[in-house]
Amino acid sequence: MTAVALSGVGKVFNAGRADQVVALTGVDLTVESGQFVSLIGPSGCGKSTLLRLVADLIPLTTGTLTVAGKPARKARLDQEYGIAFQQAGLFEWRTVLRNVELPLELRGTGRRERKRRAEEMLELVGLADFAAHYPAQLSGGMQQRVAIARALAVHPPLLLMDEPFGALDEMTRERLQDELLRICAQTGTSTIFVTHSIPEAVYLSDRVVVMSPRPGRITDVIEIDLGPRSEATRQSAGFFAGITKVRRALRGTPAPASASAEVAAG
Amino acid sequence: MTTAIDKIAAADPTAPVAVGRGRRSRGLVRGLLPPLVVGVGGLAVWELTVKVGKVAPFILPAPSAIWEQFWLSRSVIWQTGLATGANALVGLIAGALVGILAAMAASRFRLLGEVSIPVAAALNALPIIALAPILNNMFDSTSSIPRRVVVSIVVFFPVFINTLRGLREVDPTHRELMDSYAASGWTFTRLVRLPGALPFVFTGLRQASSLAVIAAVVAEYFGGLQDGLGSRITSAASNTAYPRAWAFVVGACVLGLVFYAVALGLERLATPWRSR
Ligand SMILES: Nc1ncnc2c1ncn2[C@@H]1O[C@H](COP(=O)(O)OP(=O)(O)OP(=O)(O)O)[C@@H](O)[C@H]1O
Ligand SMILES: [Mg+2]
Repeated sequence: MTAVALSGVGKVFNAGRADQVVALTGVDLTVESGQFVSLIGPSGCGKSTLLRLVADLIPLTTGTLTVAGKPARKARLDQEYGIAFQQAGLFEWRTVLRNVELPLELRGTGRRERKRRAEEMLELVGLADFAAHYPAQLSGGMQQRVAIARALAVHPPLLLMDEPFGALDEMTRERLQDELLRICAQTGTSTIFVTHSIPEAVYLSDRVVVMSPRPGRITDVIEIDLGPRSEATRQSAGFFAGITKVRRALRGTPAPASASAEVAAG
Repeated sequence: MTTAIDKIAAADPTAPVAVGRGRRSRGLVRGLLPPLVVGVGGLAVWELTVKVGKVAPFILPAPSAIWEQFWLSRSVIWQTGLATGANALVGLIAGALVGILAAMAASRFRLLGEVSIPVAAALNALPIIALAPILNNMFDSTSSIPRRVVVSIVVFFPVFINTLRGLREVDPTHRELMDSYAASGWTFTRLVRLPGALPFVFTGLRQASSLAVIAAVVAEYFGGLQDGLGSRITSAASNTAYPRAWAFVVGACVLGLVFYAVALGLERLATPWRSR
Protein backbone atom coordinates (compact mmCIF):
# COMPACT_ATOMS: atom_id res chain seq x y z
CA MET A 1 0.00 0.00 0.00
CA THR A 2 1.10 3.55 -0.66
CA ALA A 3 0.94 5.88 2.33
CA VAL A 4 1.75 9.12 0.53
CA ALA A 5 2.07 9.86 -3.17
CA LEU A 6 3.12 13.22 -4.58
CA SER A 7 3.54 13.85 -8.27
CA GLY A 8 4.57 17.08 -9.89
CA VAL A 9 3.77 18.94 -6.68
CA GLY A 10 4.60 22.64 -6.62
CA LYS A 11 3.90 25.37 -4.11
CA VAL A 12 4.03 29.10 -4.75
CA PHE A 13 3.38 31.48 -1.88
CA ASN A 14 1.84 34.89 -2.60
CA ALA A 15 1.51 34.10 -6.32
CA GLY A 16 1.49 37.14 -8.58
CA ARG A 17 2.65 39.51 -5.88
CA ALA A 18 5.99 41.22 -5.40
CA ASP A 19 6.85 38.87 -2.52
CA GLN A 20 6.08 35.73 -4.51
CA VAL A 21 8.09 32.70 -3.32
CA VAL A 22 8.43 29.47 -5.25
CA ALA A 23 8.74 27.16 -2.26
CA LEU A 24 8.55 23.84 -4.13
CA THR A 25 8.64 22.68 -7.76
CA GLY A 26 8.18 19.31 -9.41
CA VAL A 27 8.21 17.20 -6.29
CA ASP A 28 7.64 13.50 -6.94
CA LEU A 29 7.75 11.32 -3.88
CA THR A 30 6.16 8.07 -2.83
CA VAL A 31 6.16 6.75 0.72
CA GLU A 32 5.20 3.11 1.02
CA SER A 33 3.24 1.86 3.96
CA GLY A 34 5.44 1.28 7.01
CA GLN A 35 8.36 3.15 5.48
CA PHE A 36 10.43 5.74 7.34
CA VAL A 37 11.42 8.64 5.08
CA SER A 38 13.52 11.61 6.17
CA LEU A 39 13.63 15.01 4.51
CA ILE A 40 16.93 16.83 4.75
CA GLY A 41 18.23 19.99 3.14
CA PRO A 42 19.38 23.52 3.82
CA SER A 43 17.17 25.98 5.62
CA GLY A 44 14.42 27.34 3.42
CA CYS A 45 14.39 24.49 0.90
CA GLY A 46 10.74 23.74 1.61
CA LYS A 47 10.82 20.78 4.02
CA SER A 48 8.21 22.21 6.33
CA THR A 49 6.17 23.34 3.35
CA LEU A 50 6.21 19.79 1.96
CA LEU A 51 5.05 18.43 5.31
CA ARG A 52 2.29 21.02 5.55
CA LEU A 53 1.12 20.13 2.05
CA VAL A 54 0.88 16.46 2.99
CA ALA A 55 -0.96 17.47 6.16
CA ASP A 56 -3.29 19.65 4.08
CA LEU A 57 -2.56 22.63 6.30
CA ILE A 58 -1.84 24.70 3.17
CA PRO A 59 -3.20 24.16 -0.36
CA LEU A 60 -0.88 23.03 -3.14
CA THR A 61 -0.38 25.10 -6.28
CA THR A 62 0.26 22.37 -8.86
CA GLY A 63 0.40 18.58 -9.06
CA THR A 64 -1.45 15.84 -7.26
CA LEU A 65 -1.15 14.54 -3.74
CA THR A 66 -2.82 11.56 -2.13
CA VAL A 67 -2.59 10.32 1.43
CA ALA A 68 -3.70 6.74 2.10
CA GLY A 69 -5.09 6.73 -1.44
CA LYS A 70 -7.38 9.70 -0.75
CA PRO A 71 -7.13 13.40 -1.52
CA ALA A 72 -5.13 15.18 1.21
CA ARG A 73 -8.18 17.05 2.45
CA LYS A 74 -10.21 13.91 2.94
CA ALA A 75 -7.25 12.27 4.66
CA ARG A 76 -7.02 15.19 7.08
CA LEU A 77 -10.73 15.11 7.84
CA ASP A 78 -10.47 11.36 8.42
CA GLN A 79 -7.47 12.02 10.68
CA GLU A 80 -5.27 9.68 8.71
CA TYR A 81 -2.13 11.21 10.15
CA GLY A 82 -0.63 12.42 13.39
CA ILE A 83 1.64 15.44 13.34
CA ALA A 84 4.35 16.76 15.65
CA PHE A 85 5.95 20.13 15.12
CA GLN A 86 9.35 21.47 16.05
CA GLN A 87 7.74 23.17 19.06
CA ALA A 88 5.96 20.73 21.33
CA GLY A 89 2.87 22.95 21.06
CA LEU A 90 1.20 21.51 24.16
CA PHE A 91 -1.87 23.20 25.57
CA GLU A 92 -0.56 24.61 28.83
CA TRP A 93 -4.01 24.62 30.46
CA ARG A 94 -4.41 20.87 29.99
CA THR A 95 -2.63 18.22 32.00
CA VAL A 96 -0.23 15.95 30.18
CA LEU A 97 -2.87 13.22 30.01
CA ARG A 98 -5.55 15.57 28.69
CA ASN A 99 -3.13 16.87 26.07
CA VAL A 100 -2.60 13.37 24.75
CA GLU A 101 -6.35 12.74 24.94
CA LEU A 102 -7.23 15.78 22.82
CA PRO A 103 -7.04 14.22 19.33
CA LEU A 104 -9.07 11.28 20.62
CA GLU A 105 -11.60 13.63 22.18
CA LEU A 106 -12.05 15.38 18.83
CA ARG A 107 -12.60 12.03 17.17
CA GLY A 108 -15.44 11.32 19.56
CA THR A 109 -13.68 8.49 21.37
CA GLY A 110 -15.39 7.60 24.66
CA ARG A 111 -13.99 8.90 27.91
CA ARG A 112 -12.71 5.62 29.27
CA GLU A 113 -11.19 4.42 25.99
CA ARG A 114 -9.56 7.84 25.59
CA LYS A 115 -7.91 7.63 28.98
CA ARG A 116 -6.73 4.08 28.40
CA ARG A 117 -5.17 4.94 25.04
CA ALA A 118 -3.53 8.11 26.33
CA GLU A 119 -2.06 6.27 29.29
CA GLU A 120 -0.77 3.58 26.99
CA MET A 121 0.93 6.22 24.81
CA LEU A 122 2.47 7.96 27.82
CA GLU A 123 3.77 4.59 28.96
CA LEU A 124 5.31 4.17 25.52
CA VAL A 125 7.25 7.44 25.78
CA GLY A 126 8.12 6.77 29.43
CA LEU A 127 6.01 9.52 30.97
CA ALA A 128 3.28 7.52 32.68
CA ASP A 129 4.16 9.09 36.04
CA PHE A 130 3.61 12.59 34.71
CA ALA A 131 0.04 12.17 33.47
CA ALA A 132 -1.40 14.60 36.02
CA HIS A 133 1.29 17.26 35.58
CA TYR A 134 0.89 20.43 33.59
CA PRO A 135 3.23 21.00 30.62
CA ALA A 136 4.97 23.91 32.37
CA GLN A 137 6.16 21.43 35.00
CA LEU A 138 8.02 19.33 32.42
CA SER A 139 11.41 19.80 30.82
CA GLY A 140 11.64 20.59 27.11
CA GLY A 141 12.52 17.02 26.22
CA MET A 142 9.62 15.67 28.24
CA GLN A 143 7.25 18.08 26.54
CA GLN A 144 8.52 16.90 23.19
CA ARG A 145 7.82 13.32 24.16
CA VAL A 146 4.29 14.29 25.18
CA ALA A 147 3.83 15.85 21.75
CA ILE A 148 5.01 12.61 20.16
CA ALA A 149 2.63 10.60 22.36
CA ARG A 150 -0.18 12.93 21.29
CA ALA A 151 0.68 12.46 17.63
CA LEU A 152 0.66 8.68 18.10
CA ALA A 153 -2.46 8.53 20.26
CA VAL A 154 -4.93 8.03 17.43
CA HIS A 155 -2.71 5.22 16.08
CA PRO A 156 -2.26 7.18 12.88
CA PRO A 157 -1.26 5.16 9.85
CA LEU A 158 1.00 8.10 8.97
CA LEU A 159 3.24 10.16 11.22
CA LEU A 160 4.49 13.60 10.13
CA MET A 161 7.31 15.05 12.22
CA ASP A 162 8.95 18.43 11.69
CA GLU A 163 12.31 18.49 13.49
CA PRO A 164 10.75 17.06 16.61
CA PHE A 165 14.11 16.44 18.28
CA GLY A 166 15.65 19.71 17.17
CA ALA A 167 15.94 21.29 20.60
CA LEU A 168 17.15 18.21 22.47
CA ASP A 169 20.56 17.31 23.83
CA GLU A 170 22.44 14.52 22.08
CA MET A 171 21.77 11.83 24.69
CA THR A 172 18.03 12.45 24.92
CA ARG A 173 17.91 12.70 21.18
CA GLU A 174 19.47 9.29 20.64
CA ARG A 175 17.22 7.70 23.21
CA LEU A 176 14.14 9.23 21.60
CA GLN A 177 15.29 8.08 18.17
CA ASP A 178 15.34 4.52 19.43
CA GLU A 179 11.97 4.95 21.11
CA LEU A 180 10.49 6.36 17.92
CA LEU A 181 11.81 3.49 15.82
CA ARG A 182 10.43 1.00 18.33
CA ILE A 183 7.01 2.68 18.34
CA CYS A 184 6.87 2.84 14.54
CA ALA A 185 7.85 -0.80 14.22
CA GLN A 186 5.31 -1.79 16.89
CA THR A 187 2.42 0.07 15.27
CA GLY A 188 3.46 -0.30 11.60
CA THR A 189 3.40 3.45 11.10
CA SER A 190 4.66 5.20 7.95
CA THR A 191 6.71 8.27 8.78
CA ILE A 192 7.89 11.47 7.11
CA PHE A 193 10.53 13.01 9.33
CA VAL A 194 12.16 16.41 8.80
CA THR A 195 15.62 16.86 10.26
CA HIS A 196 18.77 18.94 9.93
CA SER A 197 20.96 16.18 11.28
CA ILE A 198 22.59 13.83 8.75
CA PRO A 199 23.33 11.05 11.29
CA GLU A 200 19.77 11.23 12.57
CA ALA A 201 18.36 10.93 9.05
CA VAL A 202 20.59 7.96 8.24
CA TYR A 203 19.97 6.19 11.51
CA LEU A 204 16.19 6.45 11.35
CA SER A 205 15.34 6.13 7.69
CA ASP A 206 14.68 3.61 5.00
CA ARG A 207 15.14 6.47 2.56
CA VAL A 208 16.68 9.90 2.94
CA VAL A 209 15.24 12.56 0.63
CA VAL A 210 17.77 15.31 -0.07
CA MET A 211 16.36 18.69 -0.99
CA SER A 212 17.79 21.90 -2.35
CA PRO A 213 16.53 25.48 -2.22
CA ARG A 214 15.57 28.20 -4.73
CA PRO A 215 13.37 26.73 -5.97
CA GLY A 216 12.78 23.99 -3.41
CA ARG A 217 13.04 20.56 -5.01
CA ILE A 218 14.20 17.01 -4.44
CA THR A 219 17.76 16.53 -5.69
CA ASP A 220 18.48 13.02 -4.48
CA VAL A 221 16.93 10.05 -2.72
CA ILE A 222 19.32 7.78 -0.85
CA GLU A 223 18.28 4.28 0.11
CA ILE A 224 19.54 3.19 3.51
CA ASP A 225 19.72 -0.48 4.37
CA LEU A 226 21.10 -1.01 7.82
CA GLY A 227 18.74 -3.73 9.04
CA PRO A 228 17.29 -3.55 12.56
CA ARG A 229 18.92 -0.68 14.43
CA SER A 230 20.86 -1.09 17.63
CA GLU A 231 23.59 0.69 19.54
CA ALA A 232 26.12 -1.05 17.29
CA THR A 233 24.50 0.45 14.20
CA ARG A 234 25.78 3.88 15.20
CA GLN A 235 29.34 2.52 15.02
CA SER A 236 28.91 0.43 11.88
CA ALA A 237 30.67 1.03 8.58
CA GLY A 238 27.33 1.01 6.76
CA PHE A 239 26.10 3.85 8.97
CA PHE A 240 29.14 6.00 8.19
CA ALA A 241 28.90 5.14 4.49
CA GLY A 242 25.29 6.34 4.57
CA ILE A 243 26.34 9.58 6.27
CA THR A 244 28.99 10.17 3.63
CA LYS A 245 26.50 9.55 0.84
CA VAL A 246 23.97 11.99 2.25
CA ARG A 247 26.65 14.59 2.93
CA ARG A 248 27.87 14.30 -0.67
CA ALA A 249 24.35 14.62 -1.98
CA LEU A 250 23.80 17.70 0.15
CA ARG A 251 27.02 19.35 -0.99
CA GLY A 252 27.48 17.82 -4.37
CA THR A 253 26.49 18.56 -7.91
CA PRO A 254 22.73 18.81 -8.15
CA ALA A 255 21.34 15.89 -10.11
CA PRO A 256 19.04 16.71 -13.05
CA ALA A 257 15.47 17.07 -11.90
CA SER A 258 14.12 14.27 -14.10
CA ALA A 259 16.67 11.73 -12.85
CA SER A 260 15.91 12.54 -9.23
CA ALA A 261 12.22 12.28 -9.94
CA GLU A 262 12.67 8.71 -11.15
CA VAL A 263 14.65 7.74 -8.09
CA ALA A 264 12.05 9.37 -5.97
CA ALA A 265 9.24 7.54 -7.67
CA GLY A 266 11.05 4.20 -7.30
CA MET B 1 11.64 29.93 60.29
CA THR B 2 12.89 28.79 56.92
CA THR B 3 15.11 26.05 58.33
CA ALA B 4 12.40 24.82 60.68
CA ILE B 5 9.98 24.25 57.79
CA ASP B 6 12.70 22.64 55.71
CA LYS B 7 13.37 20.18 58.55
CA ILE B 8 9.70 19.29 58.84
CA ALA B 9 9.50 18.74 55.11
CA ALA B 10 12.62 16.58 55.10
CA ALA B 11 11.29 14.45 57.99
CA ASP B 12 7.91 13.96 56.33
CA PRO B 13 7.50 10.62 54.52
CA THR B 14 5.19 12.22 51.94
CA ALA B 15 7.96 14.60 51.05
CA PRO B 16 6.91 16.03 47.66
CA VAL B 17 3.45 17.03 48.84
CA ALA B 18 4.73 18.29 52.16
CA VAL B 19 7.38 20.40 50.51
CA GLY B 20 4.73 21.90 48.26
CA ARG B 21 2.53 22.72 51.21
CA GLY B 22 5.44 24.04 53.23
CA ARG B 23 6.40 26.33 50.39
CA ARG B 24 2.90 27.58 50.00
CA SER B 25 2.38 28.46 53.69
CA ARG B 26 5.88 29.84 53.92
CA GLY B 27 5.10 31.96 50.85
CA LEU B 28 1.92 33.16 52.52
CA VAL B 29 3.75 34.16 55.71
CA ARG B 30 6.48 35.81 53.69
CA GLY B 31 3.91 37.56 51.56
CA LEU B 32 1.84 38.81 54.50
CA LEU B 33 4.57 39.77 56.97
CA PRO B 34 6.13 42.78 55.21
CA PRO B 35 2.84 44.58 54.47
CA LEU B 36 1.69 43.88 58.04
CA VAL B 37 4.88 45.33 59.52
CA VAL B 38 4.75 48.35 57.21
CA GLY B 39 1.03 48.84 57.88
CA VAL B 40 1.27 48.70 61.67
CA GLY B 41 4.41 50.84 61.64
CA GLY B 42 2.77 53.36 59.35
CA LEU B 43 -0.29 53.61 61.61
CA ALA B 44 1.92 54.17 64.64
CA VAL B 45 3.85 56.95 62.88
CA TRP B 46 0.56 58.48 61.71
CA GLU B 47 -0.92 58.41 65.24
CA LEU B 48 2.23 59.94 66.74
CA THR B 49 2.47 62.67 64.11
CA VAL B 50 -1.15 63.71 64.62
CA LYS B 51 -0.92 63.61 68.44
CA VAL B 52 2.51 65.20 68.86
CA GLY B 53 2.17 67.66 65.99
CA LYS B 54 -1.41 68.61 66.99
CA VAL B 55 -2.64 68.27 63.41
CA ALA B 56 -6.17 69.63 62.97
CA PRO B 57 -8.72 66.82 62.43
CA PHE B 58 -10.03 68.39 59.19
CA ILE B 59 -6.54 67.97 57.77
CA LEU B 60 -5.87 64.49 59.13
CA PRO B 61 -7.61 62.72 62.02
CA ALA B 62 -5.65 60.23 64.11
CA PRO B 63 -6.13 56.52 63.34
CA SER B 64 -7.49 56.00 66.84
CA ALA B 65 -10.20 58.61 66.20
CA ILE B 66 -11.07 57.02 62.86
CA TRP B 67 -11.23 53.61 64.47
CA GLU B 68 -13.52 54.96 67.20
CA GLN B 69 -15.91 56.30 64.58
CA PHE B 70 -15.61 53.10 62.56
CA TRP B 71 -16.65 51.08 65.61
CA LEU B 72 -19.51 53.46 66.50
CA SER B 73 -20.90 53.44 62.95
CA ARG B 74 -20.15 49.81 62.24
CA SER B 75 -23.76 48.84 61.54
CA VAL B 76 -24.25 51.82 59.19
CA ILE B 77 -20.96 51.05 57.45
CA TRP B 78 -22.09 47.46 57.06
CA GLN B 79 -25.48 48.47 55.61
CA THR B 80 -24.10 51.11 53.25
CA GLY B 81 -21.20 48.84 52.38
CA LEU B 82 -23.66 46.15 51.33
CA ALA B 83 -25.54 48.65 49.14
CA THR B 84 -22.35 49.89 47.49
CA GLY B 85 -21.06 46.32 47.23
CA ALA B 86 -24.25 45.22 45.48
CA ASN B 87 -23.96 48.09 43.00
CA ALA B 88 -20.30 47.31 42.36
CA LEU B 89 -20.98 43.60 41.96
CA VAL B 90 -23.92 43.96 39.58
CA GLY B 91 -22.06 46.57 37.55
CA LEU B 92 -18.91 44.45 37.54
CA ILE B 93 -20.70 41.33 36.33
CA ALA B 94 -22.65 43.18 33.66
CA GLY B 95 -19.66 45.18 32.45
CA ALA B 96 -17.39 42.13 32.44
CA LEU B 97 -19.93 40.02 30.54
CA VAL B 98 -20.41 42.70 27.92
CA GLY B 99 -16.64 43.22 27.75
CA ILE B 100 -15.94 39.50 27.23
CA LEU B 101 -18.70 39.08 24.64
CA ALA B 102 -17.61 42.22 22.80
CA ALA B 103 -14.01 40.95 22.79
CA MET B 104 -15.15 37.60 21.40
CA ALA B 105 -17.07 39.34 18.63
CA ALA B 106 -14.18 41.72 17.92
CA SER B 107 -11.71 38.86 17.69
CA ARG B 108 -14.02 36.91 15.39
CA PHE B 109 -14.65 39.65 12.85
CA ARG B 110 -11.61 41.56 11.69
CA LEU B 111 -13.44 44.76 10.75
CA LEU B 112 -15.23 44.87 14.09
CA GLY B 113 -11.90 44.38 15.84
CA GLU B 114 -10.32 47.31 14.05
CA VAL B 115 -13.24 49.61 14.72
CA SER B 116 -13.86 48.55 18.30
CA ILE B 117 -10.56 49.52 19.89
CA PRO B 118 -10.83 53.28 19.24
CA VAL B 119 -14.48 53.15 20.26
CA ALA B 120 -13.57 51.38 23.49
CA ALA B 121 -10.75 53.86 24.12
CA ALA B 122 -13.17 56.76 23.63
CA LEU B 123 -15.58 55.08 26.03
CA ASN B 124 -12.78 54.71 28.54
CA ALA B 125 -11.91 58.39 28.25
CA LEU B 126 -15.49 59.28 29.20
CA PRO B 127 -15.18 60.99 32.59
CA ILE B 128 -17.40 59.27 35.10
CA ILE B 129 -17.93 62.73 36.65
CA ALA B 130 -19.66 63.93 33.50
CA LEU B 131 -21.70 60.79 33.22
CA ALA B 132 -23.06 60.27 36.75
CA PRO B 133 -25.24 63.40 37.00
CA ILE B 134 -26.68 62.82 33.55
CA LEU B 135 -27.56 59.24 34.32
CA ASN B 136 -28.99 60.26 37.69
CA ASN B 137 -31.37 62.62 35.91
CA MET B 138 -32.31 59.98 33.38
CA PHE B 139 -33.64 57.61 36.03
CA ASP B 140 -35.83 57.80 39.10
CA SER B 141 -34.14 59.13 42.24
CA THR B 142 -34.86 55.80 43.95
CA SER B 143 -33.16 53.81 41.22
CA SER B 144 -29.85 52.00 41.67
CA ILE B 145 -29.44 51.66 37.91
CA PRO B 146 -27.41 54.86 37.26
CA ARG B 147 -24.59 53.84 39.63
CA ARG B 148 -24.56 50.33 38.24
CA VAL B 149 -24.36 51.61 34.70
CA VAL B 150 -21.44 53.84 35.68
CA VAL B 151 -19.67 50.83 37.20
CA SER B 152 -20.35 48.74 34.09
CA ILE B 153 -18.84 51.36 31.81
CA VAL B 154 -15.76 51.71 33.98
CA VAL B 155 -15.35 47.93 34.17
CA PHE B 156 -15.90 47.31 30.47
CA PHE B 157 -12.63 48.72 29.19
CA PRO B 158 -10.00 46.72 31.12
CA VAL B 159 -11.97 43.51 30.63
CA PHE B 160 -12.51 44.13 26.92
CA ILE B 161 -8.93 45.11 26.12
CA ASN B 162 -7.33 42.29 28.09
CA THR B 163 -9.72 39.64 26.80
CA LEU B 164 -9.26 40.79 23.21
CA ARG B 165 -5.50 40.58 23.56
CA GLY B 166 -5.81 37.08 24.99
CA LEU B 167 -8.16 35.92 22.26
CA ARG B 168 -5.87 37.27 19.57
CA GLU B 169 -2.73 35.68 20.91
CA VAL B 170 -3.16 32.20 19.53
CA ASP B 171 -0.02 30.11 19.25
CA PRO B 172 0.39 29.33 15.50
CA THR B 173 1.35 25.75 16.40
CA HIS B 174 -1.95 25.38 18.26
CA ARG B 175 -3.81 26.63 15.22
CA GLU B 176 -2.08 24.18 12.89
CA LEU B 177 -2.63 21.33 15.32
CA MET B 178 -6.33 22.02 15.54
CA ASP B 179 -6.46 22.22 11.73
CA SER B 180 -4.77 18.84 11.57
CA TYR B 181 -7.54 17.51 13.83
CA ALA B 182 -10.07 18.97 11.41
CA ALA B 183 -11.43 21.10 14.27
CA SER B 184 -12.59 24.59 13.44
CA GLY B 185 -15.05 27.29 14.37
CA TRP B 186 -16.65 26.86 17.75
CA THR B 187 -14.56 23.81 18.72
CA PHE B 188 -11.44 25.86 18.15
CA THR B 189 -12.80 28.76 20.17
CA ARG B 190 -13.91 26.50 23.00
CA LEU B 191 -10.77 24.40 23.24
CA VAL B 192 -8.02 26.87 22.34
CA ARG B 193 -9.06 30.50 22.24
CA LEU B 194 -11.10 30.69 25.43
CA PRO B 195 -8.81 28.72 27.75
CA GLY B 196 -5.82 30.53 26.26
CA ALA B 197 -7.47 33.88 26.94
CA LEU B 198 -8.50 33.00 30.50
CA PRO B 199 -5.35 34.40 32.20
CA PHE B 200 -5.86 37.64 30.27
CA VAL B 201 -9.54 37.79 31.22
CA PHE B 202 -8.60 37.49 34.87
CA THR B 203 -5.95 40.18 34.59
CA GLY B 204 -8.72 42.44 33.30
CA LEU B 205 -11.12 41.30 36.03
CA ARG B 206 -8.58 41.97 38.75
CA GLN B 207 -8.09 45.52 37.53
CA ALA B 208 -11.84 45.90 37.09
CA SER B 209 -12.71 44.62 40.59
CA SER B 210 -11.02 47.55 42.36
CA LEU B 211 -12.28 50.02 39.77
CA ALA B 212 -15.83 48.76 40.27
CA VAL B 213 -15.83 49.67 43.97
CA ILE B 214 -14.23 53.06 43.34
CA ALA B 215 -16.80 53.81 40.64
CA ALA B 216 -19.72 52.68 42.84
CA VAL B 217 -18.55 54.97 45.67
CA VAL B 218 -17.74 57.99 43.55
CA ALA B 219 -20.94 57.75 41.49
CA GLU B 220 -22.88 58.60 44.66
CA TYR B 221 -21.12 61.94 45.04
CA PHE B 222 -23.28 63.20 42.20
CA GLY B 223 -26.77 62.64 43.51
CA GLY B 224 -29.07 59.73 42.86
CA LEU B 225 -30.13 57.26 45.53
CA GLN B 226 -28.12 57.96 48.71
CA ASP B 227 -27.84 54.58 50.38
CA GLY B 228 -24.16 53.74 49.89
CA LEU B 229 -20.74 54.51 51.32
CA GLY B 230 -20.21 57.43 48.94
CA SER B 231 -23.17 59.42 50.21
CA ARG B 232 -22.05 58.90 53.83
CA ILE B 233 -18.58 60.16 53.03
CA THR B 234 -19.94 63.36 51.48
CA SER B 235 -22.51 63.97 54.24
CA ALA B 236 -20.01 63.34 57.05
CA ALA B 237 -17.49 65.65 55.39
CA SER B 238 -20.05 68.42 54.89
CA ASN B 239 -20.95 68.11 58.60
CA THR B 240 -17.22 68.52 59.42
CA ALA B 241 -17.33 65.05 61.00
CA TYR B 242 -13.95 64.22 59.47
CA PRO B 243 -13.06 61.11 61.50
CA ARG B 244 -16.47 59.68 60.53
CA ALA B 245 -15.88 60.49 56.84
CA TRP B 246 -12.58 58.69 57.12
CA ALA B 247 -14.26 55.73 58.79
CA PHE B 248 -16.45 55.33 55.71
CA VAL B 249 -13.41 55.70 53.48
CA VAL B 250 -11.87 52.83 55.42
CA GLY B 251 -15.07 50.87 54.78
CA ALA B 252 -14.77 51.53 51.04
CA CYS B 253 -11.15 50.49 51.20
CA VAL B 254 -12.04 47.17 52.86
CA LEU B 255 -14.77 46.60 50.28
CA GLY B 256 -12.28 47.18 47.46
CA LEU B 257 -9.86 44.72 49.04
CA VAL B 258 -12.60 42.11 49.36
CA PHE B 259 -13.46 42.48 45.67
CA TYR B 260 -9.80 42.22 44.68
CA ALA B 261 -9.21 39.19 46.90
CA VAL B 262 -12.25 37.39 45.48
CA ALA B 263 -11.10 38.12 41.94
CA LEU B 264 -7.65 36.81 42.81
CA GLY B 265 -9.14 33.69 44.40
CA LEU B 266 -11.31 33.00 41.37
CA GLU B 267 -8.28 33.42 39.14
CA ARG B 268 -6.37 30.81 41.15
CA LEU B 269 -9.31 28.43 40.90
CA ALA B 270 -9.91 28.97 37.20
CA THR B 271 -6.29 28.77 36.05
CA PRO B 272 -4.76 25.99 38.16
CA TRP B 273 -1.99 25.43 35.62
CA ARG B 274 -0.43 28.80 36.43
CA SER B 275 -0.32 28.66 40.21
CA ARG B 276 1.70 25.47 40.55
N1 LIG C 1 3.33 31.11 4.82
C1 LIG C 1 4.32 31.46 3.98
N2 LIG C 1 4.20 32.57 3.24
C2 LIG C 1 5.18 32.92 2.38
N3 LIG C 1 6.30 32.23 2.19
C3 LIG C 1 6.48 31.13 2.90
C4 LIG C 1 5.51 30.68 3.84
N4 LIG C 1 5.96 29.54 4.41
C5 LIG C 1 7.17 29.29 3.86
N5 LIG C 1 7.49 30.23 2.95
C6 LIG C 1 8.70 30.27 2.14
O1 LIG C 1 8.88 28.99 1.56
C7 LIG C 1 10.24 28.63 1.58
C8 LIG C 1 10.38 27.29 2.25
O2 LIG C 1 10.04 27.41 3.62
P1 LIG C 1 10.02 26.17 4.61
O3 LIG C 1 9.55 26.64 5.92
O4 LIG C 1 9.28 25.06 3.98
O5 LIG C 1 11.58 25.81 4.70
P2 LIG C 1 12.29 24.66 5.52
O6 LIG C 1 13.00 23.78 4.56
O7 LIG C 1 11.34 24.02 6.43
O8 LIG C 1 13.37 25.49 6.31
P3 LIG C 1 13.93 25.25 7.79
O9 LIG C 1 14.91 24.13 7.68
O10 LIG C 1 14.64 26.52 8.11
O11 LIG C 1 12.79 24.95 8.67
C9 LIG C 1 10.99 29.74 2.28
O12 LIG C 1 11.62 30.53 1.29
C10 LIG C 1 9.92 30.53 2.97
O13 LIG C 1 10.25 31.88 2.95
MG1 LIG D 1 11.09 24.01 8.60
